[in-house]
This record gives sequence, C-alpha cells and structure tokens, in this order.
Amino acid sequence: MKRVMKEFTGGNAMVSVLAVLASFIVGGILIAISSTEVQTTITYIGARPADFFNALWNSVFGAYDAMFRGAIFNYKAHDGVQMIKPITETLAYATPITMAGLGLAVAFRSGLFNIGGTGQIIFGAMFAGWVGIYVDLPFYIHFPLAVLAGIIGGGLFGALVGFLKAATGANEVIVTIMFNYIAVLLLSYLLKTPILQAPGSVNPVSPPVRDSAKYWFFMGDQFRIHGGLIAMLLAVIFTWWLLNRSTLGFRFRALGHNPNAAKVAGINIGLTYVLVMGISGALSGLAGTSQVLGTEKFLTLGVAASFGFDAITVALLGRSNPWGVLVAGLLFGGLRAGAVTMQANQNVPIDIVLVVQSLIVLFIAAPPLVRAIFRVKESKKAVAA
Amino acid sequence: MKQSKRTTISLLVLSLIGLWLFVSAPAGTTEISISTDSDIFKLPSFGLGVGFVSGIAFAAQVLAVIASGYFVLGRNHKTPRWVVILFAVALVFEILVGLFAGKTMTFTSLLQGSLALAVPLIFGSLAGVLSERVGVVNIAIEGQLLAGAFVSALIASLSDNMFAGLIGAVIAGALVAWVLAVFAIKYVVDQIIVGVVLNVLVVGLTNFMFSTLMVSNLPFYNQPPRFDKILIPLLGQIPVLGPVLFNQTLIVYLMYVAVAVVYVALFKTRWGLRVRAVGEYPKAADTVGINVFRTRYVSVILGGALAGLGGSFFTLGQVGAFGKEMTNGAGYIALAALIFGRWNPLYAAFAALLFGFAENLQYGLAIIGSSVPSEFLLMLPYALTVVAVAGLVGKVTGPAASGKAYIKS
Amino acid sequence: MKLELRGITKRFGSMVANDNVNLIALPGEIHCLLGENGAGKSTLMNVLYGLYQADGGEILLDDKVVKFSGPGDAMAAGIGMVHQHFMLIPVFTVAENVILGHEPTKFGSLLDLEAARAKVREVSAKFGFEIDPDAIVGDLPVGVQQRVEIIKALIGDAKVLVFDEPTAVLTPQETDELMAIMKQLRAAGTAIVFITHKLREVQEVADKITVIRLGKVVGEADPKSTANELASMMVGRAVDLDVEKDPAKPGKPTFKVEGLSAWSHAGTKVLDDINFEIHEGEILVIAGVQGNGQTELTEAIIGMHGKTAGSIQLDGRELIGKNVKQVLDLGVGFVPEDRTEDGLVAEFSIAENLMLDRSDRKPFAKGLNINLDYLKKFALEKLKQFDVRAQGIESKASQLSGGNQQKVVLARELSRELRLLVASQPTRGLDVGSIEFVHEQIVATRDSGIPVLIVATELDEATQLGDRIAVMYKGKIVGIVPSNTPRATLGQMMAGISA
Repeated sequence: MKRVMKEFTGGNAMVSVLAVLASFIVGGILIAISSTEVQTTITYIGARPADFFNALWNSVFGAYDAMFRGAIFNYKAHDGVQMIKPITETLAYATPITMAGLGLAVAFRSGLFNIGGTGQIIFGAMFAGWVGIYVDLPFYIHFPLAVLAGIIGGGLFGALVGFLKAATGANEVIVTIMFNYIAVLLLSYLLKTPILQAPGSVNPVSPPVRDSAKYWFFMGDQFRIHGGLIAMLLAVIFTWWLLNRSTLGFRFRALGHNPNAAKVAGINIGLTYVLVMGISGALSGLAGTSQVLGTEKFLTLGVAASFGFDAITVALLGRSNPWGVLVAGLLFGGLRAGAVTMQANQNVPIDIVLVVQSLIVLFIAAPPLVRAIFRVKESKKAVAA
Repeated sequence: MKQSKRTTISLLVLSLIGLWLFVSAPAGTTEISISTDSDIFKLPSFGLGVGFVSGIAFAAQVLAVIASGYFVLGRNHKTPRWVVILFAVALVFEILVGLFAGKTMTFTSLLQGSLALAVPLIFGSLAGVLSERVGVVNIAIEGQLLAGAFVSALIASLSDNMFAGLIGAVIAGALVAWVLAVFAIKYVVDQIIVGVVLNVLVVGLTNFMFSTLMVSNLPFYNQPPRFDKILIPLLGQIPVLGPVLFNQTLIVYLMYVAVAVVYVALFKTRWGLRVRAVGEYPKAADTVGINVFRTRYVSVILGGALAGLGGSFFTLGQVGAFGKEMTNGAGYIALAALIFGRWNPLYAAFAALLFGFAENLQYGLAIIGSSVPSEFLLMLPYALTVVAVAGLVGKVTGPAASGKAYIKS
Repeated sequence: MKLELRGITKRFGSMVANDNVNLIALPGEIHCLLGENGAGKSTLMNVLYGLYQADGGEILLDDKVVKFSGPGDAMAAGIGMVHQHFMLIPVFTVAENVILGHEPTKFGSLLDLEAARAKVREVSAKFGFEIDPDAIVGDLPVGVQQRVEIIKALIGDAKVLVFDEPTAVLTPQETDELMAIMKQLRAAGTAIVFITHKLREVQEVADKITVIRLGKVVGEADPKSTANELASMMVGRAVDLDVEKDPAKPGKPTFKVEGLSAWSHAGTKVLDDINFEIHEGEILVIAGVQGNGQTELTEAIIGMHGKTAGSIQLDGRELIGKNVKQVLDLGVGFVPEDRTEDGLVAEFSIAENLMLDRSDRKPFAKGLNINLDYLKKFALEKLKQFDVRAQGIESKASQLSGGNQQKVVLARELSRELRLLVASQPTRGLDVGSIEFVHEQIVATRDSGIPVLIVATELDEATQLGDRIAVMYKGKIVGIVPSNTPRATLGQMMAGISA
C-alpha cells in the first residue's frame, strides 16, 4: 500500500492531475464555442461584454454542473433516491470499465499490447449470457456458473491471441484489432439465429437472463448497481496481488520488460504469453458478465458499448497499476454518467466525453507537453534518470 | 524450412473447403453476365454447370497443392507465389459459382460496387504504407479518413465548391497525421496508443460538431455538391473492366495516380530510398546525414493527406453528406490491407480491392436472396489478416524500425 | 587534411565522457586512440562525426575551426567513419547502402542505380575488393559487410577516416587484410584515426598513440612500447595481463557433445557434426570469429535452439529435447554473451534479477507468493559475496555499470548447484578490473571440480583462460588443441585451416 500511495503522490500524479485539468479546459472551450448563446452574444461583445461573459459562464459552468449532478450528487433533486442515484450510475459505468481496464493492465505490464478488450468483453458476455439464459439451476450454482462461463469465454478468446503469438509470432496488436471486429460480427450473427435470439423476436436481442443467474441488486431495482461492484473490488485486489506479490506475476513482468532474459532464465515464454492473455481476457470477460448478468440483463449488439476503448484509456491513465486503474475507472465512469445528464439538461452532445477522454490520455502520455502548457518545471529526479 | 512447409499445409487444409464445395455442389447452373450497355461490343452471358466448374476448380487446387509439395519437399524451395495465386483464384471462383448456383451473377456491377468500397481503403492503405515505411505505425488511418470525410463535407457545403472540399480533406487528414507525428516523434509516445486515441478523438470531435453545428442547419453545413462520374472515351468502353475502372469520379482517378506515384516515389526515387532507410535503420540513415525526424514528419503527413483525400470519397464521391462515424472501421480494414499487401503500395491496393469485393459480395448475395450470412463475408478481411500475420501463408514482416521511436543521444 | 581536436568536453548528465581532450591527426599517418571499454573513445569520435554536440572545445580541419551540426556536415567536410556496429541497412543492396545520403539521380529525382553500381565497382577495384553491387547486404558475411562500410566511407572522398573498433568481428587473417588496407590508405595521404583497445594491433600499425582513460587524455605513447607498458597506461596501474591459474587437474569427462548438428529457421546448417568433451575441473574454450556457430552451440546446450540433432550429455543425461528450464535444473549455469539483452531485466531490481531463474520454487516462492523476506536476505548476501557496487538490493540493473551487471549475472548463475558452467564472451565490454574478477570466478569454478565451457572471440582470452582450445569455423570444430598452441596456428585454424 505504501508503494501505491507513493505512486499517487509522486511527480507522476501531478502530471495526471494536470492532464485531466487541461482536457476539461479544452472540453469547456468546445462547449462554449458550440453554445448558441455564446455565438450570439459575441456578435455584440463590444456593446455589452457582460452578456458574452455571462453566456460563456452559463454554458461552461452549466455543462459541468450538469455533469456533476449526473455523476456524483444531484443537489437539485427532490427525493433522496434521485439525489444519490448519480453516484450509483457512476459506479455502474465504472464497474465494467475498471474490470476490463485491469485486464488490459495485466497485459500491458507483461509487454503485450492487448487492445482486444471489446472482443473479450463480447465473448465473456456471450458465454455468460448463454448459461444465464438457457441453463436452469438453483441460484447458488447458476450464478457462479454463469460468471465462470463469462470469465472462461473472455479468457479463451484472449488466450487464443497469446497462443497465436507464441506459436507464430503474430503481432498481438493487429490480431486483437481484427478479433474485435470478428467478435462483433459473430455476436451479430448469433443474435440472428436461434442460438441467442429471443424466440419470436425480429430484433437482434436475446431472451432475458434468468433471475437465478443475475448479480445481486443490493440497492434494489431502482438503481443499476449490483454485485458486480464487489466483483470489481475483488478483481482489483486480485490483480494487485498477481502483479506485485505472486511468482506468476513476477514472470509476467519479467516477460514484459525483457522477453529474451526471461527465456534464458528458463521461463516458458509461449506458455506465459497464453497465460497473460488468458488472464487479461478473463478480466474483460468478467466485465462482460457484469453487463449481461447485471446492468443490461440480456444480450444486445451494444453489450460491450465503448468499454473496450474506455478500458485502454483507463489502463493507461492508471499507469497499469491496479489501484490507479480503479481511480481512473471511477473517473471515466463519472464522465459517462455525467455526460448523460449533460446532454439531457444542457444539450451538450455526449460525444464530448470521447474528446475529453482521449485528450486526457494524449496529455498523460506526453508529460513534457503538460509541463509546457502549465509551465511546470521537471522534477529533479527525472533529470537524473 | 518450417515456414515453407506451413504454406503447403495451409493450402492442403483450405483445399478441403474446395473438396466440400465440389462434393456438395448442386446440379444447377450459374448464369454469368459480364456485359453492360455501353460496351463497344457485347459479350454474351453464359451459363456454367456448378458441378462441372467446381470439379475443375477443385482439380486446380489439388494441382497447386501438389506443386507446392513438390517445391517444398522435392526441391527444398519455398512455394512459388504463382502456385498460391493459382490456388486462391481457383478457390475463390469455386466459392463464387457455388454461391450463385441457379442464379445470375452480374459480374460488372459486382466489380463496380467492389471498387467503390475499395477506394477509401486504398487511400487509407497508402497512408499506412507511407507512414510505416518510414517507421511510424499508423493506427490512426481511421481518424484520418473520418476527418477528411467531415471537413470535405463541411467546406464543400460552405463554399459550394467540391474542390475546396477536397483541399479541406487533404489538410484535415494531414493535420491528424501531424498530431500523430508530433506525439510519436517529438514526445516519443507509443505509436499504437497515439493511433488508437486519435481515432477516438476524431470520432468525438466530428460527432460533437455534427450534433451541434451541422444539425443546426443541414442545408447550409452538410449538403456538399458531389463529383459526377467522368467517362473516359475508349477506355471506358472496354468490355467488363471499362465501365468499372474508367467511368468514375475524379477522386477515383486521383486514387489511380496516387497508387502509381507512391509506388514510384518509394522504390525508384532518392526520397523513397531515404524513407525506407529511415524505416529500417534510422541510426544508419542519421550517420549519412539524413534528417531522420524531418523525413518521418514529411512521410507521415503526406500519408495523412492521402487518407484525408480518401475520406472525401465518402462524402463528395458517394453519399453526398457527412454522417456520424460514417467510415465505420474502413481505416482498420485499410490497415489490414496494408499488412496483407506486405507494405507495398501495389499489393496493398490489390488487397484493398479484394476486401472491397468481399464486402460487396454480401449486397450481391442479398439481391439474389442467398442464405449465406453476410457476417461471414464481412469477417473475411479480418480473418485473412490474422492468417497473414500468423504467417500461415508466407511470413509477413514490416519495416524493421516501424513502431520504434528514434532517440538521438 | 590535418585534423585537430582541441579541448573537447562532452557530458551526459552528471557524467563527463570526454574531459578537455586534445588530439592531432596528420595526413599519411595512422593515429591510434587507445583506451579501455568505456574510456570515452567512441563518444569522442561521435563528437567529431557530428552525431553528438560537444559541450566545450573545437574541431579544426587544416587549422580552420569547423562546426558540425550533423553527420552530413562532417561528411561534406571530408570525414569518413567505419562504425563499430555497421551502419548498413540489411535489406538494401550494396549499391543502395553505399549511395545512401548522396544518391546519384537522373531526370530530377529518380535514383540512378547504374551510376551507383559503377561507383561501387570503381572503389572496389582500387582496393582489390570483390563485391557484387547488387548483393543484399544482410546476406553477406560480416567481413564483406565491413568492406561495404569502408567503401561507403571512402566514396565521399574522405580525407580523414575513422575506424571505430573495426577488428572485433574479424578473423586474424581478415584483421591482417584490414591493416594492409589502412596502410594503403595511409600511403595515399589519408589521415587515419584508429580506435581500439587491442594492443597487438596498435603495435602493428600505429604511427602515433594517444591513450585515453576515464574521458581524459593520459598521454602519448611510443609505438614501440611493450604490451604491458601500454596496458598500464590504459588502466592507470600496473597490469599483469596473464590470468593466474594453476594447471588443471581434470577428472572424469562428465560433459559430452557427440555428432551435434543444428539448423537455422531458414534451413541452413549452422552446426555441423560437433564433437567434444569436457572433464571435471577443466576449462574448454571455444575460440573463433563471431558468427561461426558459437551462439548456436551455447543455445543448443541450454535448450534454446529449435532444430538440432545428435547428442549432448551431462552426467550421462541427455540434454537434447529438454527445454531451458529442465536444462538449468540439471545444473547448467549460463552466462549469455549479451548481458543487457539476455542476462538481465534492466528495469528489475538487483534482488529481482537474482531470482529470475528460480522464482517458481522454494525458497524464493512460498505457495503462489514471492518470499520477500528470503529474497532480501539472499540478495544482501550475494551483493557482498560478489562485490557488486550498488546503492542497495533495490537498485535497478540498468543503474549498474557493465562490470557490476556481469557480477549480478554471475552471482545468480553460480549460486545454483552447478554441474556445468557455460559462459559466452563473459568479459565483453568490461573494464580491466571487472575482467580480472570474472576470470577469478571462472577459474575458482573450475577448481571446485566443475567442467567449464567458455566462448571467446579474442585469442588472448582464449589462450590465457583455457586449458584446451576448440576452434570453430563455419559451424564445425576445426580442431581441439592445447592452450599453448602458437597464435599463428590458432589464427589459421580460425580461418578454417586444420592444424
């Protein structure tokens, strides 16, 4: 834990905070430019500058205020449920993002660029969904079985990439990109066949998952958070243990830093590739279960939403450190939840989230740029290194 | 040795598909129509017995497998490319005839549709070639295409001038490439990360501006004029290929020029030699006085400009308006084409045509009411790329320094 | 053209790589720049060649101050360089490599490859090289590649030519030929700067010697100095170049290689019917020029080479068919030739590097967990035992000097229960102090009754360390001879001529 704290209080954390700040500023500029109020008031800015600044403030503050009310606490709501609903929405979004982000973090730390989060989430959701829909068992067997199926589904799809890399040297970036599309198309196909399509439906949707396979909605049905949240926290702890305390994780990291040295030291590289990608995919598969057995309750084409990409940004923002991934996952979960309210209340398109999110990652990846923007001096330690 | 055997085994496995198609071939015939009305002389359409054609095609596959085995085992040589091509052509033909059994296959319209789908892919893959040959992985092709599509629609609408739109598209694509280059070269950020993130950034920006700006006044902001088709005399009247290749919009003709120019520039000029040197071994290029950074910037940005041009095809060449995320993954297929085409502009263009053909086939099949699920045809480019990078049919290796930042000490 | 470096200073962070260095090279003169690995020779030449910008001092050509902002400027001014690591693009042809940077063109900017070929032929003919301008460089033998590198340097009509450690990859014969080429260039009036740490070569061709140590010029030496005198100057203390060891007391032959052959991925034979055995308490050196199958031999022994045939036996157990882990578990210690690439994980701490090979078992593993307490104790003990100079066991391997990195590798490999030690060029790139330490450890391992296999590319190391020497050439063992075999004989064997 001490190391974790250090990671956040050190120089890197400063860059991260500034990167987030800079991205919100750029987002604010976009919001202001697109506001019709701002556009009209600027035409007579010479005559009545106050109008312009008022409009500017209203558009930007209004948007971010709506985001806050959508993501954390709605102080304008009339009853308690509506007031705390935003934070639960944030957690509901953060759950799959963080899980998949952990999966990618495991791969990144092992030197494998897994950008197949989307495909692995879909495979997890398909496996878990199938078991959840068509198997009839008591809760205490059915639910764990369905979750396990999702983990295995994602894990197998990930492990296949590891196997291809081990056996043929295929570049995992290319393979995972292609697998994402293959998974989407496969899901699209299966949702048109009796294998997954709801009987009698003309739409590509599955029947609902049986109650006995669902996550526990511990706050009742009016909230979308569920037991997946607990699974997410367990996944964070598991990943931290795996990467920092286990001998398997030690070998993962050795592979990540220097595959040649790992090989010479007798580590089975091929097997390790398969294991890394298997575990990475399994965590994304878990994210798939959280969607299909929890939040969504049935399978659709949009089951993976943009979580595959969110997971990449979360893993990068969290610097592939499990606790960092958790913090980043909560942040991006909040962005997602807040953007919904922002669009409904302030007419700011939800796509602003994509802009802010990608800017954050770009800034984080280039600390010198962030330092240049904020005119922060480089810390001494960095100079020596 | 291992590698060359793998090709033979892959062909052998694939020929099982051919065998299955042959054995299960229905008794009917497939009508093949290859003429259009504008041809100088008309070729009659003709019918082929499905079983007969399958038999011949399968026999050709068997011959190819035997030839491959002979070269690998008998002569300790790798399988010649012509054997692989013979095999591929035979198998594709067998599949096509099987798919259209009892129906009419209108060849020309099939090809026309394929080319239309392939144009942005070809521009995109050229962008990838220029970028990766100089040592910068370009995952951002998708973003460059989308930026080109958006800006060309916007500017052409505002100015009511298609050419202004084209120029806007070129600048937009170049701008995305410039950001990629700055982050990859100056800030030494992992090129894959930058590429993936840039794609999303462009999606976010174009969606945002579409929803806020364009939607507010569609006729004003999003109704660009479109390029008309220009029929080239004589060439356009060649049977089968004429109407496909030479009755097209300006953008398509620019694409032909771009493929040729990129090919010659890369392999026959001083500039190209330097680009490839930088992409293979930047330090060696540096030690002979080549400015590695400048070479990388120029090549990456030129590539982006081409991709931007390709993006304009969506709006000015086809649809006539911008739509959210209208590139729909074309950039990733272009990436696949570039890998499948082994970082060579000509091969990449052919790969893009092949992928365009596969994508278009689903429409052709939908018209005749075929039961083959379109998803599997759409999967083809992705599956073939996995096959290619896994080295199942010959090993593909990119430029040695691709993806690696050059750090001057 | 006269070259003068005046007061050159170059710093990397807090490290001073060149400290006020002065040097004058005259036309028609071979000027040797002699210094240990890491003394700052290559840095100095990179400053001269415009690859680095000096923090102080100036460069003069024919007494005029010049400024190079890049290698292009240096080349234009008439400075050519034959790089230690060839600056050649493997997938390009010879002609393409040679013209890169100043390409002849036709019709504006189209490459004129015919002119390029003619240029290659012209320079080749002048020096009696036989090089096909259309050959792909990656397919050529190393010695020929170096000639391409020389042609490349000469084609710009260089008046000052720098050779940076050019003999590391050459056979003794090829080295002699290179010396002849250098003399030929000298006769033609070229100023030559010859960077090396090999005393024998210095003695053969040098007209002038400048010795550099820890970034500073320590003085000029007389070309007629003895090897020991030069070495002492280079190292800064009296050096005995001989390895101290008692005569071997060989026991049973416990390591046997019989009929070993291996093939590369492309299917070419890289090891051809290798036969030898090593006795307990004996050092066998595999001598030969780099790239004659030594790497493949060590890979085959530790189970890393793909396609092999024949037999490798340790204590009567077959190693072929076993994977790396199984081989290491039978008691094989392995020091790879490239320690940063294959021996260590640079981003890992010393402690983590010390358990790299045994992280999956007791006492380093406790169940699925790493036994951090044991690891700490173990690492502290090894740090002391192997005299690793570092801030502590948490220091990253990348922060260590080459010598200390090699000590960490040795500490790891020698702390297992060994039945065989394989070390590939264990002193490559090390300073003299570390070389002595590594040699001591190897001899001590031998004396504890373990068979030792050393791969050496430098004849001096081979004759000093080995009890017997096996010479490899093109994947075959040319012969196995006692270590007191004359140099000339060994040199011939390294060129493939049986003794």
